[in-house]
Amino acid sequence: MTDETTTATAETTELRVWRGRSEDDGRYDVYRVPYEEGMSVLDALVWIRGHVDSSLAFRYGCVNANACKTCMALVDGEVAYMCTARLAPAGAKVEPLPKRPLIRDLVTDTVPDDEKLHGGRAAFTQTVG
Amino acid sequence: MYAAIAAAREDASVLLLDKSLVGRGGATIMAQMTVAAAIGHEEPDHWTDHLQDTLAAGRELCDEGLARLLCENGPARIFEMDGWGAHWARGADDRIRQVKAPGHGRARCCYVDFLNTGPGVAGTLRRQVSTLGSVRRVSNVAVTDIVVHEGRAVGAVGMDVVSGDVVTFAAKAVVLAAGGLTKIYRRNSASTNMGGEAYALALWAGADLIDMEFVQFFPIAHLAPRLVGMDPIMWDPFRYKLGGRLLNGDFEEFMHRYGGQDSGTYTTVRDQASYAILKEVEAGRGSPHGGVYLDFRHVPDETLRLAFGPVIDRLAHNGIDLTQTPVEVAPTAHYHMGGIRVNGRMETRVPGLYAAGEAVGGANGANRLSGNAITEALVFGERAGQKAAAAVAGVPHGWNARAAEGAVERLHLALGADGDSGAPANVLGRKLQGIMWENAGPFRTGDQLRQALDDIHALRESPVAVRPAEGFNLDLQDRLELRAMLTTAEAVVRAAIGRTESRGAHQRLDFPDSDPRLVSNQAVEMRGAEITARWPREAGLWRARSENSR
Repeated sequence: MTDETTTATAETTELRVWRGRSEDDGRYDVYRVPYEEGMSVLDALVWIRGHVDSSLAFRYGCVNANACKTCMALVDGEVAYMCTARLAPAGAKVEPLPKRPLIRDLVTDTVPDDEKLHGGRAAFTQTVG
Repeated sequence: MYAAIAAAREDASVLLLDKSLVGRGGATIMAQMTVAAAIGHEEPDHWTDHLQDTLAAGRELCDEGLARLLCENGPARIFEMDGWGAHWARGADDRIRQVKAPGHGRARCCYVDFLNTGPGVAGTLRRQVSTLGSVRRVSNVAVTDIVVHEGRAVGAVGMDVVSGDVVTFAAKAVVLAAGGLTKIYRRNSASTNMGGEAYALALWAGADLIDMEFVQFFPIAHLAPRLVGMDPIMWDPFRYKLGGRLLNGDFEEFMHRYGGQDSGTYTTVRDQASYAILKEVEAGRGSPHGGVYLDFRHVPDETLRLAFGPVIDRLAHNGIDLTQTPVEVAPTAHYHMGGIRVNGRMETRVPGLYAAGEAVGGANGANRLSGNAITEALVFGERAGQKAAAAVAGVPHGWNARAAEGAVERLHLALGADGDSGAPANVLGRKLQGIMWENAGPFRTGDQLRQALDDIHALRESPVAVRPAEGFNLDLQDRLELRAMLTTAEAVVRAAIGRTESRGAHQRLDFPDSDPRLVSNQAVEMRGAEITARWPREAGLWRARSENSR
């Protein structure tokens, strides 16, 4: 549950987040985020988008319920669902999945080929402009 | 997904668009509870009993035809899903297990263990839909407008989320099945794509909505301590199976003060329970985080484990031991009774435009019974897909590129407006959530609602900053979503202003009683650029005193 009260804390920690459009041309942005015991890495990323940098890209659907299974990334080098990966008081390093084509920042191409707009048949669609 | 399956059965070619990944977003995956259907496996039951309970909960406002459809066709959908490999929980006798949820007169709520009903249902449909050659699934497309030509829905305009491309889709019929609106509230149990877009798309296309003032607040969503990897609604099945006691901040039972029952039973329906909890908090008797306690300390550890197995371990991982500590719970926006007005064929008043699932309004009246949401997703989906496909068989495409121009231009405009002036759309979206929670939440007054309306209008004029970024631009997605959220929020507020009484999930502090003269449904529609709520003509007598017409 996202609530204003969750951000009202004096304690903070640091998140190092990989940013960029291609593997050779990326960087780590460091964000200071409010820390609350028990919060997830996803909570921290949502906070960053809402308070510091809305251009940060990552996938998520169900918000901390581990039901949509779309928020996978590398957390401190390990593949994890960001919604269940607890943020340690010392912070975390977050990177995109290494074996998937990169789209941007933490978003990789996890869409099955037969669910892509430009994959498969195109009889129904036309791109405008 | 059920609509796609049913349409394919009628030999239609189906394009299934999803803003997130097909079958991984929306409300269903978050539904960890149950599916109500009178299959009579647990005890003798009949769909007419289910209907009676549904109508009673709806406080005289249910569309009886839709409610009947839901209850009568629920069992067929449960069995069909069973044939597709849905793992309904079963007893030793191999019959499907059913529990009794509040408001149901029988044990008729099926489930998938453990707390896995929604993901189980979504997974089953996802597998089933992927076996159908005539259904083309497309993930990561956000639909931003329905294209209407000569009064008929002929397709849609949207954005490819990954590339940012504007895309148009020609279709002989369009089924809107994009779920509810709970994301317009600060406290919600929603997936990230529940911003009320289905309602806005329908309004813009010329359809009307019904019962928009009836937002269901789920009384006992998890509040504290911090919990990750679990649905905040998870305590509902705990209460079905184990009872559990609700205690205020002073550790006293309180439900009896508001006409409910205490002592570990779970019989109080949702609107009543939300009311009781918020009243306790308002009276200064809340728990530390602003809710109440839910207490299972009287339930032995082995009973907990028998009922919820691995979930108890997941709770332990979150530092929660139910035998030692009560958890804090509070109401949260959970479901929307209102929605797109359809007839029994799931047709809106725009030919070619259909609706299904939570996007449909009317079946549940002023208050929905637990377990009816997935049932309506399955039943209305099947119905909409079948009727839409049958209606367009042999009919040529009515696509007209000029009819799509306005929507395409609007989208290009939104996508092109870069700049750092103003706030990002997700920040404005959070503002809207605050406006709705504070002034159009579980308890409203006319003054609060008019304030909310002013604030929504002001927010609509706020400049939105969109930072240029290529590929999966969430700023752009948020901006498109915000447009829909503002429209839907206004629809809720307009209808809430119009209903000058308290009924079910709509509680007006300035009109605390039900008014027998308002046993009628308000419609919301667009008139030009204006969103208006109106009573049906036969209730015109009361329109004079409705605050809408002041």
